Amino acid sequence: MTATSNDKDTAQAAAEVEMVTGVIDGHEVTVPKGTVIIRAAELTGVDIPRFCAPPLLDPVAACRACLIEVEGMPKPQPSCAVELGDGMVVHTQLTSEVAAKAQAGVMEFLLINHPLDCPVCDKGGECPLQNQAMTTGNPETRYTLQKLTFPKPINISTEILLDRERCVMCQRCTRFADEIAGDPFIELVQRGAHQQIGIGEEPFDSYFSGNTIQICPVGALTSADYRFRARPFDLVSVPTTCEHCASGCSLRTDYRHDAVMRRQAWDDPEVNEEWNCDKGRFAFPYLSLDRLSGPLVREDGELRPASWPEALRLAADGLGRARGRAAVLTGGRLTMEDAYAYARFARTALATDNIDMRARAIGPDEAGFLASQVAGTCGPTYAQLAAAPAVLLVAFEPEEESPIVFLRLRKAVRQHGQQVVTVAPYPSHGSTKLSATLVPAVPGAEAHSLAALPADVRDLLQQPGSVILVGERAATAPGALRAAADLADQTGAHLGWIPRRAGERGAVDTGCLPGLLPGGRPLTDPAARREVASAWGVAADDLPTSAGLDLPAVVAAIAADVATRRSAAEQGDEAPANTIDALLVAGVEASDVPHSDALLRALQDVPFLVSLETRPSEVTDFADVVLPVSVVTEKEGTFVDWEGRRRPFARSFPLATTFPDAEVLALLADYLDLDAAPRDVPALRAEIDSLGAWGGERPWPGAAGATDTPNPGPGEAVLASWRLLLDRGIMQEGEPYLAGTRQPSVARVSAATAAGVGVPDGERLSVSTDHGTIALPVEITEMPDGIVWLPMNSPESRVTTTLRATPGDTVRLGRE
Amino acid sequence: MPLTPVITAHWDDPHSYTLDSYRRHGGYTALAQALKTDPDEVIATVKESGLRGRGGAGFPTGLKWSFVPQNDGRPHYLVVNGDESEPGACKDIPIMLANPHALIEGIVITCWAIRASHAFIYIRGEVPMPIRRMQKSVAEARAAGYLGKNILGSGLDLEIVVHGGAGAYICGEETALLDSLEGRRGQPRLKPPFPAVAGLYASPTVVNNVETISSVPYIIKNGVSWYREMGTEKSPGFKVWAVSGHVTRPGIYEAPLGITMGELLDYAGGIRDGRDVKFWLPGGSSVPMLTADHLDTPMTYEAIVDAGSMLGTGTPMLFDETTSVVKAITRWLEFYRHESCGKCTPCREGTYWITGTLEKFQEGRGSQDEIEDLVEICNQIMGRSFCALGDAAATPYAPSLALFRSEWEAALTQPADEAFDPAATMIIPSMSGVGA
Ligand SMILES: Cc1cc2nc3c(=O)[nH]c(=O)nc-3n(C[C@H](O)[C@H](O)[C@H](O)COP(=O)(O)O)c2cc1C
Ligand code: SF4
Ligand code: SF4
Ligand code: SF4
Ligand code: FES
Repeated sequence: MTATSNDKDTAQAAAEVEMVTGVIDGHEVTVPKGTVIIRAAELTGVDIPRFCAPPLLDPVAACRACLIEVEGMPKPQPSCAVELGDGMVVHTQLTSEVAAKAQAGVMEFLLINHPLDCPVCDKGGECPLQNQAMTTGNPETRYTLQKLTFPKPINISTEILLDRERCVMCQRCTRFADEIAGDPFIELVQRGAHQQIGIGEEPFDSYFSGNTIQICPVGALTSADYRFRARPFDLVSVPTTCEHCASGCSLRTDYRHDAVMRRQAWDDPEVNEEWNCDKGRFAFPYLSLDRLSGPLVREDGELRPASWPEALRLAADGLGRARGRAAVLTGGRLTMEDAYAYARFARTALATDNIDMRARAIGPDEAGFLASQVAGTCGPTYAQLAAAPAVLLVAFEPEEESPIVFLRLRKAVRQHGQQVVTVAPYPSHGSTKLSATLVPAVPGAEAHSLAALPADVRDLLQQPGSVILVGERAATAPGALRAAADLADQTGAHLGWIPRRAGERGAVDTGCLPGLLPGGRPLTDPAARREVASAWGVAADDLPTSAGLDLPAVVAAIAADVATRRSAAEQGDEAPANTIDALLVAGVEASDVPHSDALLRALQDVPFLVSLETRPSEVTDFADVVLPVSVVTEKEGTFVDWEGRRRPFARSFPLATTFPDAEVLALLADYLDLDAAPRDVPALRAEIDSLGAWGGERPWPGAAGATDTPNPGPGEAVLASWRLLLDRGIMQEGEPYLAGTRQPSVARVSAATAAGVGVPDGERLSVSTDHGTIALPVEITEMPDGIVWLPMNSPESRVTTTLRATPGDTVRLGRE
Repeated sequence: MPLTPVITAHWDDPHSYTLDSYRRHGGYTALAQALKTDPDEVIATVKESGLRGRGGAGFPTGLKWSFVPQNDGRPHYLVVNGDESEPGACKDIPIMLANPHALIEGIVITCWAIRASHAFIYIRGEVPMPIRRMQKSVAEARAAGYLGKNILGSGLDLEIVVHGGAGAYICGEETALLDSLEGRRGQPRLKPPFPAVAGLYASPTVVNNVETISSVPYIIKNGVSWYREMGTEKSPGFKVWAVSGHVTRPGIYEAPLGITMGELLDYAGGIRDGRDVKFWLPGGSSVPMLTADHLDTPMTYEAIVDAGSMLGTGTPMLFDETTSVVKAITRWLEFYRHESCGKCTPCREGTYWITGTLEKFQEGRGSQDEIEDLVEICNQIMGRSFCALGDAAATPYAPSLALFRSEWEAALTQPADEAFDPAATMIIPSMSGVGA
């Protein structure tokens, strides 16, 4: 996981680029061969009008707004498509009458059928067409005939609306869908002036559909959510980082007063380029949904509002009593700074190493893998991913679980034929769009598939610069992480780990795992402990010395405590001390955890529970003290994306009156009379930086080996499951139009498996465990027999709570 | 200048289109000859002959073939353009109906030359007859061993697919045609890459007109010097002229390039009822109009350009003085507005604007400003559109204004149907009054 070797590759490649020199409006300009004139002109400060030529789409030269004169060519040329040649002499509108007239002519044409309804158009104020018309358009029109009109608007999905008469036919939307996302459900239809954007029988079906709104150079595409709600010039824009996944998108958050009006992709060439996914774009209403307005404390079994001092006092007392016998569950959604504050608070204030950021299915190998391979490292990067000749995906569905990774892979596949191989139960829609080769894997037995990897796949990975990406789900497959790391060692491929949540990587880097201190420092290493202790101003001896409990172990320990107390009570003995006397929980949704029933019981049974939350939840329901904290728009912070790249962001609302987690922890530390931890983000960052990454050994002791491939009997199957990008996640609440674009929930089995239980294609298949049943329409899918795939957290399919099962478990199939 | 029937020589045979008839007149002997010749030599022969494309642009055919990269390991394709949809053009469909085997023989020879083993004939969708005829003829040729595996023992394998379009003029444009063949929406592609490098399925592809390819067997059989005895240095050979409009005997006349319109008109029996030519177009609606002054101009690519027009498809349309220029131009622009594919702004919006305005003139509601504006609007399309359809749409108005300004000025107040009796201009007398 280093960036060095590939940096050399890129430097070498750069040296080989052929350069050409041309003259644009009298200025010499030297650019790499293949650069189109419009981009070369930008370098000389000349802005040529354009409508159909956003930088990341292939040229089409359709709108003709960018016509310029090239000496020696008889006709004006589209500068967005003609490459600058060596010795070429170009005249733009600034020095050529012909070019200026050609551009003006196109401008006039573009407006004849345009409604010019700017005052009621969402794009008005930030519209390229409006800007261009104001710059060079005629103040009066020569066109006096009737304009074309269309019934308006039409829904091309529940989220995206199309006003056809505003469209200038630049095809950006259709080309984006085709070239970038690979979702060509939006197409040109009809011809001539009646040409229009249309959809087939199906709605525009894409996780990336919102980008079309953003790149539309007019107000033809709008979102159901934002339409008519604001004027761009009344909005304040702040650069932010998406909090939804580990892709790390740069976003622009536009707010008015204290409400977010919309979010858009911010151009970041190294990460999300100019794109983002619909979740990041549209899923923000949750930010203001039923927020906790003040601290709550439990009195006579009921939660009641309390002042901050009262609540902090109670929390500090309860936690202080449990010092050394507490545990911290942080969830995967915290910023790096907040995560660091928890990591430090646990080890110092609570004197415990019982800390786990994973509110999801985990496995025995994972903590060691993360500590030894991931924490505090950097790379592989998006650039390495884009350049890789081959990429192996292990238990990872990029389109569902990290959409920008998907887009980067698709770009590489399209541009240089990158070969993608996926170790998965079946070729998903996303894998198909990557033309990926499938290495079939039974969920939970990925290690076997990796061990038996076909020789040609190994050969692919041996090409310099190849990448292996393991998803967080690989943790639940015994031996898979070890097998992937071994494969990377053997082939020389870069190894990357991709969690789903935006906060997981930062939490790994800052030490929110048992046995792992910030910067990838092993807790068991005395030198590592000393480094951390000195940064924290505590004695090295005061830090825990042996690895603490992870989330399932904490849950088990609380259950054991209860049992012990009960039997002691039955015996009339004095109860021995509990293992866990208090829980500090931040941003954990119980239903994300397999066997959430056990977690809920633990939350109920633990003697003292403090919850730092933004909204009421199943955790706050059981909490003794609830302390409300800020959401992302109210604080500054950093998400660390899957690459290990820091994605800092500023506070959107300057007047926010809430406290971020780190600040609440600092207050608690004050109440505990402990040496105050840093409270604000700059100080936290400084401390994280000064600690830096661990330079010593990173052992990965005793990992679990692969277990036997499960062998389901008749009427049984092995469960495969992952989360779809758009599902019933709580951070997507409050956006019904986005919810309308979710994939329909289906169950997938092979034809033979379906036949085995007598369920024809399209009929409902029931999938059961001892705890419950999920029934969904079945979609016969080409996949190994004896496997059933279900969406993990979709409206009709909640695997963790209904089945209480994890991928790899055996479930029963039947006809509903 | 005498007529020189070559492709059309035996069209009056009762079943000229059959394999038997074609063979009786020496058909498929050129093929046997070509298959014994090195492909590069076949290309050289066609180059030397000076054969120019008959699809409208007149591009040298042998040169086009020589652009196909050789030994590149990719499949090569020949696509024959039989989309013939240009108003006034009616030669490819008759060729396919009356002499389909000349086209097939030409295809096999061409594929030998360019090393292709798949050819496609893309035929305009509205005309089922040539589609059916070509399908039957291809089957006939296949059964006779002129298609299929190892043709005449040469080692050449070739299959021909006859494909009916869906009725869009733009699909005659070669790159739109390729998109259409690939099953996409027919819109022109950005060039480069040119089809010879990356055409059908991104492989090297030659696109040629039906008449172009049908000429090939005769050139191979009779030789370059025979071919070059006809026509001029720059426009050698024979040409299938489809003469239409207000002539006594509209139809197909095959004669060397360099024949004049006047001579062709004589063969066609002159303008009907002894009337005079008002204006004429040498090659379809997409070229500027000429007048009686140009009846003596040789019909060659170069001379017609010097006269201010273009040879285009070589399918002259003639109009007598019963014709309203305003109505004729409006009718053509209505065609272009309807056929504009919509891809580029100048053509999509320009044809809409121009045609709307012309329709006002046709109704006698034009304005003086618009007479001049139209020139400018056409200039805003000409040379600025994505493909030649836009240029074609921008072509007719300005020459008509230069030649017949008074008619346009009359149209400020007088409807075209008042100025020119629609019944009088009808070509088929029994239809007089129908369109009035
Ligand atoms: C709008 C448009 C329509 C065309 N229609 C035809 C057609 O119907 N048949 C044809 O052979 N060429 C047509 N062409 C010309 C073709 O693009 C191409 O030049 C020709 O098929 C090449 O064949 P050739 O070299 O044998 O002439 C058309 C071009 C344009 C711009
Ligand atoms: S809807 Fe917008 S992006 Fe799509 S073609 Fe029309 S103007 Fe372009
Ligand atoms: S890809 Fe991930 S980071 Fe980017 S917008 Fe979507 S959810 Fe947010
Ligand atoms: S000129 Fe433009 S709109 Fe017209 S047919 Fe060609 S590409 Fe289409
Ligand atoms: S920007 Fe160049 S043609 Fe549209």
